[in-house]
Amino acid sequence: MTEKTLRKGNEALAEGAIRAGVRFFAGYPITPQNEVPEYMSAHMAEAGGAFVQAESEIAAINMVYGAASTGTRSMTSSSSPGISLKQEGITYLASADLPCLIVNVMRGGPGLGSISGSQGDYFQATRGGGNGDYHVIVLAPNSVEELGNFPKLGFELAEKYRMPCMILADGILGQMMESMSFNFDPIDPNQLGKFDWAVDIHKNGRKKNNVYSYKGDNLIADVVERAKRYGLIEKTEARFEERNTEDCDVLLVAYGLSSRACLEAVNHAKEAGLKVGLFRPITLWPFPSKRLAELAGKVRGILTVEQSLGQLVQDVRLAVNGRTPVYLNAYPAGGQPDGNTILTAVRSILSGGKEGLFDLQEHAAGFTYACQRDTSLGMQGDLKGGK
Amino acid sequence: MYQGIRIAGFGGQGVISAGILLAQAGVEDKKNASWLPSYGPEMRGGTANCSVVVSDGEVYTPIVSAPDTVIVMNEPSLPKFEPLLKKGGLMIINSSLINSRPTRTDITVVCVPCNKIAQELGMDRIANLVALGAFIKQTGAVSLQSVEHAMKKVYKRAKPEMLELNKKALQAGYDAVK
Repeated sequence: MTEKTLRKGNEALAEGAIRAGVRFFAGYPITPQNEVPEYMSAHMAEAGGAFVQAESEIAAINMVYGAASTGTRSMTSSSSPGISLKQEGITYLASADLPCLIVNVMRGGPGLGSISGSQGDYFQATRGGGNGDYHVIVLAPNSVEELGNFPKLGFELAEKYRMPCMILADGILGQMMESMSFNFDPIDPNQLGKFDWAVDIHKNGRKKNNVYSYKGDNLIADVVERAKRYGLIEKTEARFEERNTEDCDVLLVAYGLSSRACLEAVNHAKEAGLKVGLFRPITLWPFPSKRLAELAGKVRGILTVEQSLGQLVQDVRLAVNGRTPVYLNAYPAGGQPDGNTILTAVRSILSGGKEGLFDLQEHAAGFTYACQRDTSLGMQGDLKGGK
Repeated sequence: MYQGIRIAGFGGQGVISAGILLAQAGVEDKKNASWLPSYGPEMRGGTANCSVVVSDGEVYTPIVSAPDTVIVMNEPSLPKFEPLLKKGGLMIINSSLINSRPTRTDITVVCVPCNKIAQELGMDRIANLVALGAFIKQTGAVSLQSVEHAMKKVYKRAKPEMLELNKKALQAGYDAVK
């Protein structure tokens, strides 16, 4: 089990999910996560489970909704635009208090975007994504090894709190190969025991179970009751990793692939005589705010590095709450971070410079309206046009 | 040791597969290794490339934006990857198919007639392994034995005589570097 093998991220994830006892998978193809359903289609049957290539992303998440209500470890995977389509189904799973696993191998956006790896769906993942007051637990792996081992963790958390869990990866993690090993033996789902809430065949041997997405009587009480779980999760389930945080001047905050580029910056900084540390949230919701706030008091500045245009930085600023200046080094829409650029941004913080630091309001200075109507082209509704 | 490598060439020249082999060889040597293809819409006759990292310690990002080594197998890849190469980096050129030479003077250039050597062994398709052999001789990033072990895992369905031929190509590339 400890021997390392070379695996592709998406395949490690799929194998990890089967090992974690997933016996229902429904999905629809989209780059860059196609190896997940491909692997499932080849291996789910031999594991005794069901693989369905659904007619759409929406159908797939609703199949997971049905399968999850039986207590079966059920999952779907997709990439950004496909995850947008699944949001309605995710809210129903959340409102029915059903555990399941949703995997988002993010690509560039908005809209169809690009197939490059991205972290543009941070808001969507951590703020719920669909309508209403709810959360999903969000795990952010930064290696093929974590991709392989997080499905088990995801199901343990999802089942403990009866709610959906999301693994938020990106195209590069999904497409890359890396040496990895699984940190658990394959789980036989038949040995897991049944949930007392699950819908299944009971032959009048017990009271009838129902799973409701809509009870129709007291929504306020339900939502407030569910929020107790959210509070407990925020208190007890935040996960993170720290590198070189004990004595640093600038603290980098990054998750997923970006955190690996940060690690390069941390090590290069050491060689250059700069004290730089890294704080990596592993759970994005719950966000590890408490520990980050403690660290914030000890450093001169915090640099958030993300493959998006100022999403993660908002949670960082909420956690830091003004104790320390928080800066942003951003790589939106499929841009890829690298250690040298991050180090440039670190130097800017230490010297009061601007290179490598993104400020939305300063950025706006370069904006001019170029989208005014031109009446010389004709008036609206005038089919013949002007000149 | 931290080696970031880019391997580039035409689709069909085996640059993607050579990269997987190299990463697997790194794992055989108990090192950390990563591989990342240039994925996306590619056209027939277009170029393909992959990033490989072999490291004694942690592998940072698998995207090798400033490589220590580039292996270029066709003409269009040379001008594309020459500017990315780190100062003091290594460029291995398949001189069978590439006539131009880099203009940079701060890099080491090794020319190997990969296709010619492969043809002499009887199969044009194994030019990628000739290049890999040259890379190993020049850098020592992985051992020849580890690549031979890796072949069995990566080319699972290969016939024994094909594996033998691959080994010969690897050795020939290794020997081609003085």
